This record gives sequence, C-alpha cells and structure tokens, in this order.
Amino acid sequence: MGSTNQYDAIVIGAGHNGLTTAAYLAKSGLRTVVLERNPYIGGATVSRELHSGWTYSNCSYVCSLLRPEITRDLELPRHGLQVIPYGGGVTFTRDGDYFGNYSDHEQQYREMCRHSKRDANAYERFSTDVMKQTRLIRPFLMRTPPDPTSLHPSQLRELARFGKAFAELGEEGFADALRFWTASIGDFLDGYFETDVLKTHMAGSAIIGTALGVYSPGTAYVLLHHYMGDVDGSIGAWGFARGGMGAVSGALQSALFSFGGEVRVDAGVSRVIVKNGQTQGVALENGDEVHAPLVVSSLDPRRTFTKIMAAEDLPPKLVQAARNFKIRGSSGKLNIALDGLPHFTGLDQRSPLMKGDMHCIDSLERMERAYDDWKAKRWSRDPYIDMLIPTQVDPTMAPPGKHMMTVFVQYCPPELSTGEWTDADRDAFGKTVVDQISRHSPDFKNLILHMEVRTPREIENEVGLTEGNIFMGELTFDQLLFNRPFPGYAQYRGPVKGMYLCGSGSHPGGGVMAAPGANCAREILSDLRRPALVPGSYSDD
Amino acid sequence: MTDTHDVIIIGAGHNGLVCAATLAKAGRRVVVLERADRPGGAARTRTFAPGYSVSSGAHFLNQFPVSLIEELQLAKHGLRFAAKGLATVALQADGRHLRLDGAKAAATDLGAVDQQAFAEFHAEIASYAAVLAGAFGRRPPRLVDSDWRDRLGLLKLGWDIRTLGRDRMREVLRIGLMNIHDLASERFEDARLRSAVAFDAVLGTSMGPRAPNTVMSYLYRRTADAFGHAGPSIPVGGMGAFADALAAAATARGAEIRLQAGVASIVVHEGRATGVVLDSGEVLNASTVISNADPRTTLKGLVGYRELDAGFVRRVEGIRMRGMAAKLHLALDALPSIPGLDAANAGDRLVLCPSLEGLDEAMNPSKYRQFSAEPVIELCIPTLHDPSLAPPGKHVISAVVQYAPVDLEGGWTAAARAEFEARIMARLETVMPGIGSLVSSSELCVAPDIQSEFGIHGGHWHHGEISVDQLLMMRPVVLFSQYAMPIDGLWLCGAGAHPGGGVMGLAGRNCAQEIIRKRASA
Repeated sequence: MGSTNQYDAIVIGAGHNGLTTAAYLAKSGLRTVVLERNPYIGGATVSRELHSGWTYSNCSYVCSLLRPEITRDLELPRHGLQVIPYGGGVTFTRDGDYFGNYSDHEQQYREMCRHSKRDANAYERFSTDVMKQTRLIRPFLMRTPPDPTSLHPSQLRELARFGKAFAELGEEGFADALRFWTASIGDFLDGYFETDVLKTHMAGSAIIGTALGVYSPGTAYVLLHHYMGDVDGSIGAWGFARGGMGAVSGALQSALFSFGGEVRVDAGVSRVIVKNGQTQGVALENGDEVHAPLVVSSLDPRRTFTKIMAAEDLPPKLVQAARNFKIRGSSGKLNIALDGLPHFTGLDQRSPLMKGDMHCIDSLERMERAYDDWKAKRWSRDPYIDMLIPTQVDPTMAPPGKHMMTVFVQYCPPELSTGEWTDADRDAFGKTVVDQISRHSPDFKNLILHMEVRTPREIENEVGLTEGNIFMGELTFDQLLFNRPFPGYAQYRGPVKGMYLCGSGSHPGGGVMAAPGANCAREILSDLRRPALVPGSYSDD
Repeated sequence: MTDTHDVIIIGAGHNGLVCAATLAKAGRRVVVLERADRPGGAARTRTFAPGYSVSSGAHFLNQFPVSLIEELQLAKHGLRFAAKGLATVALQADGRHLRLDGAKAAATDLGAVDQQAFAEFHAEIASYAAVLAGAFGRRPPRLVDSDWRDRLGLLKLGWDIRTLGRDRMREVLRIGLMNIHDLASERFEDARLRSAVAFDAVLGTSMGPRAPNTVMSYLYRRTADAFGHAGPSIPVGGMGAFADALAAAATARGAEIRLQAGVASIVVHEGRATGVVLDSGEVLNASTVISNADPRTTLKGLVGYRELDAGFVRRVEGIRMRGMAAKLHLALDALPSIPGLDAANAGDRLVLCPSLEGLDEAMNPSKYRQFSAEPVIELCIPTLHDPSLAPPGKHVISAVVQYAPVDLEGGWTAAARAEFEARIMARLETVMPGIGSLVSSSELCVAPDIQSEFGIHGGHWHHGEISVDQLLMMRPVVLFSQYAMPIDGLWLCGAGAHPGGGVMGLAGRNCAQEIIRKRASA
C-alpha cells in the first residue's frame, strides 16, 4: 500500500478489464492504483478454493476471447498465464445416444454422417460463412467505435473503415452479414442443417449469457461473439487457463506490478468524487478517500452511473439511459468437487468428447422452452447446461484422481415470479440441474463432494455484475458498437472530465476479452497526449 | 396463341393493379390475368353468410399512399370511404379502455406523464417512419454494384437520417433493432399503453414482443402517417370496392383484366421469360412477365427451380413466410355491448391484447406449432360505418387473430378450428359479454385457407415476414431487390418485393417505374 492517497489514476474494480487498463496506464508511467471491493482480485475472472484441495473457476470458466494482442504485448505467459486448448464436446440425447463434436476433422465428418450426410456436407459451408463474419468483426475489437453522428474527420475516417470492411464483403456478403446480425440462431442454422441435435449442440453458444431464446432474432450474433476468439492463433478454439481463470487476472496483476502499479483489495468504492465537472478521486466504503484526476470504472454502466456516481454530477438523460440499460441475468452456475470422473450413458469415459463441453438438451424446442421459463420468471425446469471437467486437461485444480466440474446453466432469472431469490430457491435450482445431469450419468450424484450453486443473486452479490448478467449488458444491437453502453458514450469517456469506463459494458462487450480495458487505456493516453503504447488489432485478420 | 400484349401481369391483387395502371399509362399494352372471378387478391369483399359481407382479407386501408389514391383518381373510379382516420381502442376486461387517437392517448385513469410520453413517442416515431417511408417510395439501392441512382438513394437515406438531428439520429440507431417490449417499457408506465403499442408491432408477424427487430416492424406500420393516413380507413363496400376502383383505374388507362384466367406456369425460353400458360392450356406471349404472386409461388411454382441458380434457390427457400394470422368473421343479430366504451367509439379499430406478458404468452405456443390459448385480436365493426354490409339492424365483426400458425401440429382439422374459434369467442366475451348469443353465423379463415384462397405461400399476408433481414435490399432476396428476377423479362411486383406487405401498392408502383426506366435507358 502506498504511503499517500494521491495517484495519477484510479481504476475501480480488479476484474480483467480493470487490471488491463491499469497495466497500460502504469506502463505509460502514471501512478496507478486498482481498488477492489473483494478481498481477492479477478472480478468474474477468478479462481477460488471453496472446498479444500479444489480450485474452482467459479465464474467465467473457459478462455478463448482474451485478445492475443494483449497477451503478447503484456507478456502474460511470462507472468504465469498458460492456456491449454481443449477439444471435443458432446450433446446427450434422450434416447441414450449422443452427438459428438470432435476436434479431429475426419472424425467430426464421420460423426456428422452418422446423423445426417447432408449436414456433414453442409458443415463446411457453415464454417466458412461463420469464419467470414468472424473475420469481419475481429479487426474492430481492438478499436474504438466511431460516433456515427459526428462529422469530425477522424470519426468519418473510422466510419469509412467500417463501410469499407462491409463493402469488401460484396453485396451478398453484406446481406449475409446483416442476416447474421439480425437472424435467430434457429433460423440461421435451419439454413444449413436438418438434424435437430446437431443444431442444438451449436445453438448453445448463441444464447449463453443472453436473455434471448434460440428463436429470438439477434442470437446468431451472440454465436459469433463466442467464435471470435482464438487459442494460439486457432480462431474459434477454446482453452482452459491452467490453474483456473484466476490465472488470467493473476498474470494481468503481475504485469501491472511490473510497471509499478498498485492493487488494493478490501477497498470498495462508495462514491466517485466530482468537483466542478472534473473527477477528483473516490471515497471508499470505509470512509477513506483516494485522490486522482483520472477515475476509471470497470463496473457495469448501471452500477457506475446509479450506485457510485451521484445523479447531480450526471446529465439526467445519462442516468435515464443507465436505468434502461439491458443487463439481465439469465444464467446460473454450479461448481462441483467430484470424487472421481463420472460415467455418462453411452459414452466411453476415455472418449475425447468428455474433454469438451457436454450438454443435455437435444432439441431446439427444449432450449426455447427453457427460455419461456425465464420470461415467466422461473428457472428453467429443463435447463440448458454447458458442463466441463477441466481437471481432465488441467490436473492442478483438484487432488490426484479427483475432479472438478463446472456447470453453466441457462436460464436463470434475476428475480423470480415469487419475488427475490431465497436460499431454498437456490438449492431447488441446484437440484434441478443435478437431476438433469443424473439423467445421463447414473453415478454422478454419488461422486459429489461439494457443490457451489450460483444464481444471478450470488453473481451480483459477489462480483457486482448487476442482475448477474455475465456480459455486463446484453449483446443486442442496441447495446453493441457505437451503442455500447449508450449512444454518445461508446468511446470510453464518461460524462465528467477525467472519468472513463473500461468494463465489458463498453465495446466490444463481455467475455474474458480485455479489449474494453485496452481500448479505454488507449483513449485515456490519447487524451493525455501520451505516446500510444496500447496495441491495435493484428493484421492477420 | 396470341401476342397482342407487351406485358403480362400475373394476379390482380392491389399491387398488380397499380403496376398495370402505371404501365398502361406509360403506353404499354398490359393484360392482367386473375384466377378468381373478381379482382383484388387479398383485398376483396365476400359474402360469408346470406346477407352478410366482409372484407375477407385485409379489412383496413391504412398504408396505401393518399398521393397514389389521388394520382390514380380512385375517387373518380368509384372509391368512397365509409370511415377515415379511425382511432384505436385497446379494450380492457375491466372497462378501463385506452383510446389512441393520433398522438393523443386517453383513458379515464391515464396519468399525465404517460399522456405526454405517448405524444412525444408518437411524434418521434413518425419522424423515423417518415425516413423509412421515403425509402419505400424508391427502389432499394444496390450497395456494391450500384449505379448513380442507387448512390443517390443511399445519400438521400443518409441525409434523411442525419436531418433528424443528433439526438434522434442516435436514438433511431439504438432502437432500430430493438424489441418493442423494452422500448415500450422504457417509455411508458401504463401497462395498457405498453401492450397497445406492442400489439401493433407484432401484428402480422410471427414474432412476440420480446423479439429484437419488433421496433422495426412498428416503424414499418407507422409509415402510414407519412403516406397521409391519420389512422385506418374503411372503403364503402369493403376492400373489394377499393380493388374495384383500382381495376377501373387500370382499365381506364387501357389495361385489360382477364378474370378466371389462372396462370399455370411461366414460359422460360433460353433464360428469358416469353409468356405464360394458363390453366386452360392457352398460351400468352409477352416480352415482359410480371408476377404479383409471392416470390416462392412465382419462382418455385410458376417458373420452377430447375431454371434457376442453386444459390438463388437457397435464398428463396430461406424466405421466412410462416403465416400466423387468422381471420374471424361474425354475423351478428345486434350490436354487441362493450361495457365502458362510449357508443360513439364502437366503430374505432378495437384491439384486444391484455398485457405485454399476455402477448408473449399468446405467441409462445406458436413456436411449437400450437395456437394461442388466449389469442390477441384486432377487430372492427364495419357495419357501423357501412350498413350495406348486413341486413338492416344487423352487424358484422371482422377480426384479425394471432397466433395461429400455418403449420399447426396435427393440422387445421375441423376440431382444431372449432377449438380455436371457441378460444377467440372466450376472449371476446371478456369485453363484449353475451356476444356469443348474438352470432348467427361465423367464418374462420386460418393460414392454410388464405394460402388456398389467395394463393399465398404459407398463408402469409405480407408475402414474407416483415423483419430487418427481409426488408429493403434484402427483399425478396439480396441482389434481386430491384424487381427484376434472375430470368430476363421476369419481374416481381407483389408484397414479397420491396417495400413489402399491407395494402400499400408501392411494390407494384416501384416495379412499374423500374420497367419504364429500363426501357427508356435501353
């Protein structure tokens, strides 16, 4: 802890974006401190030992979106980050069969043929089309969105860059892109495939973290959001951070320290201090004040503008926009310590499929009905789950021979029709999920040594994500690009001089990407007329 | 074999007739071929019970540009209005009805804040819809292989958006792809106001209020303002009379309309449309063949996919046109009582959609090929404006009902129809107690009936869902939004083309102008 409370920059929240912004500010020579409310860092990018001997990635659980530009620039591997790619994936069907998603191309083709030859042949077309859209969006992840209402040359130039990227797609490509951005994942997949279970397996990525169903327009984009990452240059691939997701924030913190930055935990911010339209610093929950002319919030926009900033310091329209910000919790999470590797009906325990995402819903209709429950403010009675056993790939997370399972659950509303969540509701929700898994794994229940059940209530209370929304705001077009978080505030600058936003509530949005944090730092350094040291996007796209 | 025409138009729907009138005025020798014994297509009046008539398809005129009515001199050709600029009343079971008349929202207990919010919302939406309406009056611009006209169109669109001013420009870019549930909830406190607005956004679509893009379908509907309508209108004699006036206008300009002349196929010779074969086997030749049928029916049914490129066929097959709306016609012995509604307002457009949640619940079953347990309804009592539609003292109700999917699980059997009708009547009873006992005769038309009666694939009124990915340069499919189909000499002039459905007439009009322009530049 520094001897004084005067800094050049304060970053509120030690999530991966807050740490990224702080690292770059510190690298630029600014005296920077990160203030974290919890006794540990990481935000939702965290590893926690909640059962002795087991490490849980108890919020985010897989790694792909983290921008390679940042990984390399901040030398995160040197600071301890190791991402281990995993392959495979399986959807169990009610009739005891499954659809396997092999990372091996040949095997994948054979597996698809087993379900439908036509689909196997359409897969190539699907992959090419999705990759095309991915390549369109990736170059814009590490850029600040332009203001479409501005006539400033820099903004027009940036808009033209967008226009050019679209024009290069050609007219059909443009229509495909527009369709991609506005179609439902159900409709989109119908354009390629006929096998329900195959479509269902793929549709998962389109609704994860989103308060939309597979038949809702706009969900195809959410799929894209999950495809635009990579592991070691393999676009769309996913991996585990060795030692859990906390390794990502740990490496970022280590990088920050190497530049002389500081982190204070148990330092919840109660108020951003504003005087004469300029930030002065923050007041902490314990009454202390920390001063700096720069205050960067990595909290979500709703929380930032309605909880830690005073309405009288803000334009009324902004406060209104923050209240209207769509940040709906839609997911829950179970973290489970297992006595051994469970058996799944019909699947060999040694199958490579078990090393990837395992799902238990075999039709789009079941997925959509799971969403109907959310709309009616119930947790899904037949939920969509995405479960992984990372200890098969990364044995560091559990004692030898034991395993850790992470189960992402959709849908789980922030508020129930009966009112606020209670502990009894939470336990009943957990039981629903365990029962769902047990239908495909007879020995699963007996292997459970410890289980942490998280509903949106737990996510909000621990991590501070409003309503438990994992993306810090819905990924719908009204909250993407120049609309994220609000029109007119998409360039990371807040409404008050010296105040910035660096969280996933800003472009390009959620997931452990760190791009908002880096983009924000770039804008700050530019405002300070300091040398640009934040990397732009790679040209390999 | 005859070869006395330059242009064949397949189908005498309102767009076909507008197209015919426009081309005939430009000197083309036009023949319109219609399978039915009357012109009008889905704009038709039908006697559904002895002495009782009703507009059997669309029952309001609200998007057909007033300027086009004047230009075609439809008044001279017999068009009279029984009612104009109708207000909308959102009926409530407890009698606390909400009346929306232009920018004015009124209900006994509607707060001043919401009244003000609605007035502002109405004006704001009108400004966005006006931009859209401007684009509707032109062919959709090509983006890449564009000519100066396309670029001008794009510039115009950009300019129109920019001149909204910075705040509104930002807002329209934010809400353009949003869902109506969220927008209505942002703007209004009153549940009635929210659901009335949301209902208008989903009417005629297969979407629920939480579906992104439903704000766009609301804007689509509100282009009516820019086209000169203060609310829906009802022609004397129903929509059939409107079609008759259009037909008379086309005929007066020299077009020939042949009824009971169904087209079996379009003749394609060496990649060129050369004419059509009628159901009777008769062959008609013309260098220009225009189809007013929907794109799927035209390209799959009349041309045949084997004449077309596989990628194009895939896009045509991808057009979403899953009919969701049904119509119910009731012959009534007397005017039903609507407690809480001022008698003077019984002739308004009446809407029955209890809440946002209720609207969502009405939609949910349709996703699984089932009809709504509690359907939502738009209805009117046209006999209050035009007594000629029923015997003296008697009345007719015309209702559009959602959601009734074309692909109902188990099919639309007699039992399913009876069940659905009972559900609708149960809903009506909540606002019109005792209406069941007044019904002397009824008729339910579901999407398969619309498909067989009007020849529209999927029974979809708009010849394809009104959604962002199927509008403007994507309607009916990308690269072919400028009315010319990939077969030389074949054009599309129906609602499946830009700017789409409703009784708007601009697809027919824009198509005709494209043909005239193409000839002029050739």
